[in-house]
Parts: sequence; structure tokens; C-alpha cells
Amino acid sequence: MGASENTENLKRTPLYDLHLEMGGKMVPFAGYEMPVQYPMGILTEHQHTRSGAGLFDVSHMGQIKLRGESYAQVAAALERLCPADFLGLAPGQQRYSFFINNAGGILDDLMVTRAGNGDDKDHLLMVVNAACKEQDLSHLQANLNNRCEVEPMFDRGLLALQGPRAAAAMQKIAPESVNMKFMTGRPLNVGGTECFVTRSGYTGEDGFEISVAHDQLDNVARKLLGDMEVKPIGLGARDSLRLEAGLCLYGNDITETTTPVEASLVWAMQKRRREQGGFPGAGIVQRQLAEGPSRKRVGILPEGRAPARAHTEIANEHGEVIGEITSGGFGPTVGGPVAMGYVRADLAAIGTSVQLMVRGKALPAKVAGMPFVPHRYHR
Amino acid sequence: MSEVRYSQEHEWVKLDGDTATIGITHYAQEQLGDVVFVELPEIGKKVEKGKELAMVESVKAASEVYAPVSGEVIEVNSTLTETPATVNEDALGKGWFAKLKVADKGQFATLMDEAAYNKFVEGLH
Repeated sequence: MGASENTENLKRTPLYDLHLEMGGKMVPFAGYEMPVQYPMGILTEHQHTRSGAGLFDVSHMGQIKLRGESYAQVAAALERLCPADFLGLAPGQQRYSFFINNAGGILDDLMVTRAGNGDDKDHLLMVVNAACKEQDLSHLQANLNNRCEVEPMFDRGLLALQGPRAAAAMQKIAPESVNMKFMTGRPLNVGGTECFVTRSGYTGEDGFEISVAHDQLDNVARKLLGDMEVKPIGLGARDSLRLEAGLCLYGNDITETTTPVEASLVWAMQKRRREQGGFPGAGIVQRQLAEGPSRKRVGILPEGRAPARAHTEIANEHGEVIGEITSGGFGPTVGGPVAMGYVRADLAAIGTSVQLMVRGKALPAKVAGMPFVPHRYHR
Repeated sequence: MSEVRYSQEHEWVKLDGDTATIGITHYAQEQLGDVVFVELPEIGKKVEKGKELAMVESVKAASEVYAPVSGEVIEVNSTLTETPATVNEDALGKGWFAKLKVADKGQFATLMDEAAYNKFVEGLH
């Protein structure tokens, strides 16, 4: 403990000064200096997001726009790289998806929104992971440049306002947000600034993600923090919140070596795409859909108090290794340890007894359903 | 009067006769953040100076607590199993981890006193 981290060559979001002002403890994350927590501490920040409203700076994430001569052209282009149905998106509708490789592995996961009014000017707005954004941009440019325009919007920041009090806080400075439903997006004036807002997030709670030009980000963040209910939340609580919500972290729970079928993300590949294919790795994905995968991502609930972290081996009752934890820790709302990981498909049923090999000891655990904390989206 | 000394790994030791009470420092609990789990050694276990004595886990990560002196575990603070947050609330008091019967008191003398430890922590910033 105590060794100071090397912060050379790290990027900063436009909210860097605000984070310091609020006592944020800055750590290196995906090439950025980001707040892991504020003086409230991870546990309290987590609980505040579940009971009030939390504001997260997620400006390190990448935003990319795809546009073309018609919406159909743009949607068809992205369908070449992702197994989701974008042609079927209604104007303003948002969808979770992933870039997939020829082996059916996941290159990155992303949120995609059809922005526009239902005419040829409609385009797609994507939010991708910070650590993957340059690679995603190259991937899009290399594969789609002759089909649509790929426009990086790395001069925009992103705020996430999450929690049961998020809607009330948002309504005060963006009254029209009240009409938005979960997984929709629209341009919206937020406290005098033109933003693009979606009703979505990464905590399992109701909330919004607000895309703002860099030069207005500090202004919008301070307006939201002016509400007594809204507290700044760091990356530490972001991770425990998403884990309790059963949501995947790219690089841990999904990687280039996991397919969407193995990752239990079949729901994010709509029927037409599953049946027709037409995306990289479609043959492998369709074979796994027909025959069943050899392993599956499941929830894991340790029966004792000890958290099981990522890379903990999972064994069956005879001590034979059957998988590995990919995310795990303490769930403050659950009040105990929670985890997710991959297990052999024949041992993936909810309630199956397993053992977690933590520091040389076999700790009892059970395969569990996810989310660990019920989602409370505004549908 | 019993004396308290500190290790570079941020443990404290209080010596009463040949009994050493061991915990982690205020600085250590601050760095860890909210403690959510503590794994204590078994009574009777013999630990060597610098080797793992206990585990402490925060929401963020797991860390080892090392024995600053060698000895045999004679008592553990089992209240930490139920209320691990005691480590945050009172690291130097109610948040103690274990008591050891010390074989070689000379090891205690090589640890830092309070002034030296405070200076050491300052140097980490």
C-alpha cells in the first residue's frame, strides 16, 4: 500500500478540476485520471445512488456518430459489425449491442441510439468503452467508410445521473425529460445547454446519460450538483452498482474470447439477426444457439462473508475446476458478497452448488439469477 | 506503560509483557476505504515476522495484514467478522485484529515509533 501511481501521460476529462474541488481521489483508469471515490466513500456513494441520485463523470467513454444518405443505409452498415437489429429501431430508440469478431468474440460493447425524427437525416449515436474507443473508431472506418460517414465526437463529454431521485433532479432543469422512457434518447436543453440525453445507465436504477460539448460540461455538471439530492459518485461505486445490476464490464466479463451466447447476452441479438446472420462470427453464434454453448456466464452468490474477486477458480462439489469468476466483490445493497463468472454449461442452472477457491480454501457458493438487485427502470 | 510501534506495511503493535496486540493504522484504513470483510488467523497459529497474519477486504480490493513481529496467535478480535467497519471507525482501538505471544521482543524494538511512522507516512505523499 501507499505507492503513488504514475500519472504521467494520463488524459483528463473537462471535469478534472471539479473532481479535485469535490475531494475526488484520482486514479489511472483506461488512460485517464478519474475519481475512484469522493470523501463520502464507496459504500455511501453506492447507497446514495440507490436511494437518492448520483452524478458520474463518464466523459472518458467514446462517442461516435454514423450518418449517411438514409437511415436504412446507416443501420444496414452497422448491422455488418454488430448482431443487433438497428433497421428496426424506432426514431429515438436506444439499444445495447457489441462489435463482434469472426470467431464470435466480443470486441467491445456499446449503446446505440437512433437520433432524429424518422426521416432520411436520422443517424446513429454510439457510446463505446474508453479503453476501446480508438480501436472501435478504426474498426468502423476500415469496414464502413464506403457505406456511411464515421464521425468521432471525442470533443463531447458524458454525464450519468442515476438513482430514484434522478428524474426529479433532471426535471428541474430539463422539464421535458419527464416524458422520456427507458432506452430512448433525444436532443434536450439541460439548464440552458443543448445536450443529447438518453434515459439509460449502468447502475440498474432509473436515470439519464447526458452528452454535452466539452466546453459546457462543467457548467451542466455544476447545475445538476446544485440539487441537494445529487452527489458525485466515483468509479468504485460505479463498479459495485453495475455488478449488483448484473451488467457486464468489458475486459472482465466479456472479451474477444467470449461469445454473446456464452455471455448470456442472447437477448441483445434480436430474432431477425439470430436467424439471418450477416455479422462476423454468425456461423459460430448460430451453432452455439442451436447446440448450446459449452460454458455460460452466470451469477454466483458466495454463502459466507468473504468476497470472491475476478480470476477466482470455480470448482464443482468434487473439487474439479468448472469455471472462473470474472467480476466479484461486496454488494452494499445486497449486504454481502456477489459475483459473476463462467461455468460449464451443465452446471449453470440456478441453485447449483459450487465451490470458490479463495486463498487456498474452498468456499461454498451457489449459481444465482441476476440481477442481484432488481432493476428499477422507467419503462 | 505499554508502548505502540509501527511497521512500514502500516500495522501497529502494542506490547504488554510478552503479548503483542496487532492492528492496522489509521492511514491504512483510510487508504483501504470501507472495510467489508476480515479474515482472522486461527488460535494457536504460529506466524513469522513479515508473513501474512490476516486479510482485510474493502469494497475495492483485498489486502494482507502482515505480522510485524513473530509469535503465536493467542486471541483474535472476532467482533470484526460481524462488524468489519470497526476497522474504519477505530483502527487503533476496537479495530485490533489479533494478539500474539511474542518470542523475541528484540523484533519490536526495530519497528518505528509514532514520530518516525508519521514522518514515514508524510513521505508517501
